[in-house]
Amino acid sequence: MGIEQKTGNLGVVTTTLEKVVNWGRTGSMWPMLFGLACCAIEMMAAQASDYDMSRFGMELMRPSPRQSDLMIVAGRVTRKMAPVLRRLYDQMPDPKWVVSMGDCASCGGVFNNYAIVQGVDEVVPVDVYVAGCPPRPEALIHGIMTLHEKVKAEQLKDWA
Amino acid sequence: MTALEQAEVTLDELKHLISDRALEGDTILLNMGPQHPSTHGVLRLLLELDGERVVNCIPDIGFLHTGVEKNMEAKTYTKAEVMTDRLDYLNTVGNNLVYCLAVEKLVDLDVPVRAQVIRVIMAELQRIASHLVWLATQALDLAAMTVFLYCFRERELILDILELCSGQRMMTTFFRPGGLWRDVPVEFEQAVRDFLDAFPARIDQYEALLTENPLFVDRTKGIGVISGEDAVALGITGSTLRGSGVKYDVRKAYPYSGYEEYDFEVPTAEGGDVFSRYIVRIQEMRQSLRIIEQGLARLPYGPVRSNNRKFVPPPRSELGTSMEAVIHHFKLWTEGFSAPKGSVYAPVESPRGELGVFLEGDGGPKPYRVYWRTPTFMHLQALPKLSKDHLVADLVAIIGSVDIVLGDADR
Amino acid sequence: MKNELKVAVEDLKKRFGAQQSEFRGQISLLVGPQDIVEVCRTLRDDHGFDMLATVTAVDYWPEQQPRFHLVYQFNSLSKLMRLEVRVPLDGNEPSVDSVTGVYPSANWHEREVWDMFGVHFEGHPDLRRILMPYDWEGHPLRKDYPLGYEEVQFTFNYEEIELRKPRPKE
Repeated sequence: MGIEQKTGNLGVVTTTLEKVVNWGRTGSMWPMLFGLACCAIEMMAAQASDYDMSRFGMELMRPSPRQSDLMIVAGRVTRKMAPVLRRLYDQMPDPKWVVSMGDCASCGGVFNNYAIVQGVDEVVPVDVYVAGCPPRPEALIHGIMTLHEKVKAEQLKDWA
Repeated sequence: MTALEQAEVTLDELKHLISDRALEGDTILLNMGPQHPSTHGVLRLLLELDGERVVNCIPDIGFLHTGVEKNMEAKTYTKAEVMTDRLDYLNTVGNNLVYCLAVEKLVDLDVPVRAQVIRVIMAELQRIASHLVWLATQALDLAAMTVFLYCFRERELILDILELCSGQRMMTTFFRPGGLWRDVPVEFEQAVRDFLDAFPARIDQYEALLTENPLFVDRTKGIGVISGEDAVALGITGSTLRGSGVKYDVRKAYPYSGYEEYDFEVPTAEGGDVFSRYIVRIQEMRQSLRIIEQGLARLPYGPVRSNNRKFVPPPRSELGTSMEAVIHHFKLWTEGFSAPKGSVYAPVESPRGELGVFLEGDGGPKPYRVYWRTPTFMHLQALPKLSKDHLVADLVAIIGSVDIVLGDADR
Repeated sequence: MKNELKVAVEDLKKRFGAQQSEFRGQISLLVGPQDIVEVCRTLRDDHGFDMLATVTAVDYWPEQQPRFHLVYQFNSLSKLMRLEVRVPLDGNEPSVDSVTGVYPSANWHEREVWDMFGVHFEGHPDLRRILMPYDWEGHPLRKDYPLGYEEVQFTFNYEEIELRKPRPKE
C-alpha cells in the first residue's frame, strides 16, 4: 500500500529507504512509562545512572501513549487492569512495539490465580519477552537490543 | 477469560461521595487514571475540581490486586515465602522479615544471635534503599531530576550488597524461618563498611540540593497538613505519623529481632506537612546508618539458622552420614513442616509504616489464613482528607510524601 | 501481661461476657456481633486504645456455625499494648454493624472484608468493591471459591489449552 504503490518496485531504492527508516526508528524509540509493579523499579534503574538507556536513544519516557513508540509492560497485569492496557495499546500510533518485561508479564510468573492475567500476550501482541523476576537492567537492555534487531529486519509494508 | 470491555461505573453509584455542586455542573470530575506518571503506580483518583482546587478526591485501587493471600493458602509455609517479596517491592527484605517473624512466633522457633544481627543490618539497608527511591520519585515529581539520578546511583551500592549475599538484587528471599538461608560471604563486612564511609556525604548532597531550596520549600511547606490525632484515628503509622509529631515506631514500641539493644533515635517533626515528612525521612536514613554501624560492631560468630530439624533442613554434609537428617530432609521437602492451631500477629516497622502479618495455622503444612496489614492501604484512605482544598499540583507532592507503593496496598 | 491490658480485658469480660484465649503471649477475646460497636467505644474511650490497626476475617468453611470470624486488632500508642477481638458470624448472609463511627480507619478494611468475604456491614457509608473489578461476581477469599489457576501446558495437552487461551485480534 502507500509507499510501495507510489514508488513502485524500485528495487534498491526501496531497500535503502527501509534501512534508513528502520535506523531512524531504532535510533529514537521512546518507551511509554508503563510500570506496574516491581519490574517498574528495575526499568527506572535501567533508565537512571549506571545502566543508562539514553545511550540507546530512549532518552525520555513519555507517560502519554499518543507520544510513544514502545510499550514496556513491566509488572503483573490484573484482570482489572487488562482493559486499561488494551485501551492504551490502541491509543498508541503506528509503528508500535511491545516488550513484555519480567515473568509476570510474559507468563503470569509466580502468581497463578484468579486475579492475574497469565501472560500479557492474552491482551496485546508482544514482540520481545524478557525473562527474570525482576530482570536485571542489563537483561532489559539486551531485550531492547533484540527488539532493535527485529526492527532493523522489518519491511516498509509492515507499518505502511 | 480476559474481558476486554471495561465495566461502566455510573454516576449513580458514586453520588454519595460527590458533592451536589458536581451534579449541578459547578465542579468538574477529572479522572487521574491508572496510567499517570505521578501516581507512583497504578492508582486511579477521581478528582472533583473547582477550577484547579481539589474539592474531593476518591481513590480507586485494586489495579494491582494479585490475590497473594489466597495463593499463599495453597502453598506450604516455605514455598509461600517466595510470594512475600513481591508485595511491597521496595521493601523486599522487610517483607521476608515480617513473614519469618510471624512463622517463627507461630511454631515457637528460636533464631540464633548472628542471624538476628544480620537481619537488622539488611533490614536497615533496605530501609535506606526504599527511602532513596522515595526521595528520587518525590523530587522527580517536583521537577528535580538531578536528585533522581543521584539516589539511584546510591541505590546501586546497596543492591550490590544484597546481590553479594543472595544472588538477587531485589527479590532476595534471604531470610528463612529459623534464621537466614546461608551465611553471608566474607566480603560482606567490608562492602557494608565501604558503604557506611561513602553514604553520609551523599545525604549531605541531597540536603544541599533540596532542604533550603526555595522552590522545593515553597511547594512543600504547609501542604497536606494533618494533625496527630487525626492521623492516629485514621490508622496512619510510620514516617507520615512522625511528621505530625507523634513518636511511634514499632522498633521501639514492640521490639523484634534484637532491636532493643541498639541505640538510635526516632526522629519526629512538628508541622504535619510534606516538608516535615521529608525531614523525618532524611533523618531516618542517618539513624539507619547508626544502627548498621552498631550491628557490624556486635556481629558475633555462630550459626545462622536454628538447630530445630523439624523446621529447618539439615546441612547437606550431614545427609551422607545421619539417617535422621535424611528423614528430616525428606519430610520437609515432601510435606513441609506443620504449624499448630492458633493465630499470631507480628508487626514490624517498614519504611512506610507498620507492616503486620496475621497468620493462622490449622495444624497442617499450609497456612490457613495469611493477612497482610499494609501501611499503604491505610494511608490511601487518608488522601481525601490530606488533599482537601489544595491545587492539583499540590496533590502530586502529597502523594509523593505519603510514600505509596501500590503492591503494598492491593496485595 | 501489662496491668492496663489486664484491666481492659477484665472490663470487657464483665460487661460483654467476652471469652479470653491466649496463644504465644497474645490475648484474644471472643465477643458477640451485636456488641462490637460498644466494645470499640469502650476500648477507645475508657482504656486508651486509640488505633484500630486492622479488620479482617477468617473463613472456617465447611463449618456453618460459625463460618466467619471477624478479627479486630486494637493498638494503643500511649500505653503500648495490643489486643485482638474476634466476632463469630453465621454462614448465610453474614452481617454486623460497622465501626466506622468510632474508628474512621475501619472504612476501607470493612470494604475489603465485604469484597473478599461477603460480610455486610450495616451503617457503612460507602460499601463497594475495592480490590476486585466493579462487576466481579463472587467473593474470592471464601474457601469455596476456586483459586482459578491455569493448568500447566505439557506436550500432551498443549493443543487443547492453546485453543482455550484468549488471544488478541491485534
